[in-house]
Amino acid sequence: MAESVKVEEVADAMFRIIKEGQGLKKYKATDLQKEMIEKFGADRCNKDLCKKAIRILIESERCVYTYFGGSFIEIPHREAAAND
Amino acid sequence: MSEEVKTPKLDDLEKGPWPSFVSEIKTAAKTNKMAKDLLGQLEQSYEDKIGHWKHGGIVGVLGYGGGVIGRYSDLPDKFPNVSHFHTVRVNQPAGWYYTSDILRKLCDIWERHGSGLTNMHGSTGDMVLLGTTTDQLESTFQELTAIGFDLGGSGSAVRTPSCCCGQSRCEWACYDTMKLTYDITQHYQDELHRPAFPYKWKFKMSGCPNDCVASIARADISIIGTWRDDIQLVQDEVRNYSKAGLDINRDVVNNCPGKCMDWDGNNLAIENEYCVKCMHCINAMPKALSPGKDRGAAILIGSKAPIMQGAQLSSVLIPFVKLDDEESYKDLYEVFDAIIDLWCEEGKSRERIGEFIRRVGLANFVEAIGLEPTPEMVGAPRDNPYIFYQIEK
Ligand code: SF4
Ligand code: SF4
Repeated sequence: MAESVKVEEVADAMFRIIKEGQGLKKYKATDLQKEMIEKFGADRCNKDLCKKAIRILIESERCVYTYFGGSFIEIPHREAAAND
Repeated sequence: MSEEVKTPKLDDLEKGPWPSFVSEIKTAAKTNKMAKDLLGQLEQSYEDKIGHWKHGGIVGVLGYGGGVIGRYSDLPDKFPNVSHFHTVRVNQPAGWYYTSDILRKLCDIWERHGSGLTNMHGSTGDMVLLGTTTDQLESTFQELTAIGFDLGGSGSAVRTPSCCCGQSRCEWACYDTMKLTYDITQHYQDELHRPAFPYKWKFKMSGCPNDCVASIARADISIIGTWRDDIQLVQDEVRNYSKAGLDINRDVVNNCPGKCMDWDGNNLAIENEYCVKCMHCINAMPKALSPGKDRGAAILIGSKAPIMQGAQLSSVLIPFVKLDDEESYKDLYEVFDAIIDLWCEEGKSRERIGEFIRRVGLANFVEAIGLEPTPEMVGAPRDNPYIFYQIEK
């Protein structure tokens, strides 16, 4: 296997596509994983690496889990249903 | 607390001999303003014939993608104390065993941080703490973890595994349901707290085919205790049932779905190879009959309640496994992980595993996960006559 991508690099790449898609497309964990494996290649990126990258995004609070019928990973924002 | 809320419609739900959730909320409303506004909003909902909750999708605790269900009132000016009314799911102990001391601690936490109202237990199995505000979530979580509790699952994730009391109280348990439930909960911690699946995934464990947690109707993976040798039989006890007035032919033999029992008035005979392990005879004569000694479990897959498509019952995936130790659990996890990988790869959004199997076909599914097909996997005889096959020479 070629040298793996660094987990931070995967996290940054995920963050970019989530940010670019904000308001247009919601990403599930599996969508992000597929995008990353396509971007970096299956010989450099795998599911475990993607899991760790998602964890970095969530624990650093750059992203949050959301639920709208299914679970998604999004940039933190004020939800429409919320009352002040 | 100030004057009582008038709830003529809800009052109707207190009539009759059964316990009423309205009475419970009224009791809580004497000291808790959230409970008081909850009564008001509920009465308004019955009046308007519409639910007044909005679903929230973001609230939670740091690092977790589940365990909190966001709720907001759509009448926040009228009922400000339920403006936020989020639900917290707490992972219940296996078999739902608590000490009174821990229950008091749980209730104290919830009175400090929420409405004080609980639902013991929700249909998911979790302990459900009803109604709190966004700013109370983290502190509730901290206090729960300090007394040894964790949040349960929600969203597109492994949901909190649940089981019957199994060998802790029931002589019919064919494996240790509580131990397996604990082990599954630990093994799938990441999948429980960090939703990464196409949709929800439930494990439910029952110690015998009586299936007291209804796993066959409610779990993506139902692990149901069974046996593969002969039913244990004490003839003298069968005779005692007969002497005591049980009509063994009418009430036991004639109800046997395997049609494999015979009672001649003195001896009960069972053709065990035709027994389908339904538990009927054992339930009817518990002193005379019990499951065999070679015990384990059947693994079933695919049940669900009707959300996206109609309800489905689980069907057999592995007819029998021994579940005596952690080593045997590891073999199970290999199968589950293969299924989860395939489903995450090929499943559609909001498609449960049972629906996925229907879509791709059982034959393709078992081939993809590397299991050998067995006759027990056939859920029902085929009803399509347009299938032709040739006998191989
Ligand atoms: S499912 Fe079977 S083993 Fe479990 S509590 Fe019910 S009767 Fe007992
Ligand atoms: S368990 Fe059910 S199928 Fe088996 S012998 Fe008893 S009644 Fe018949």
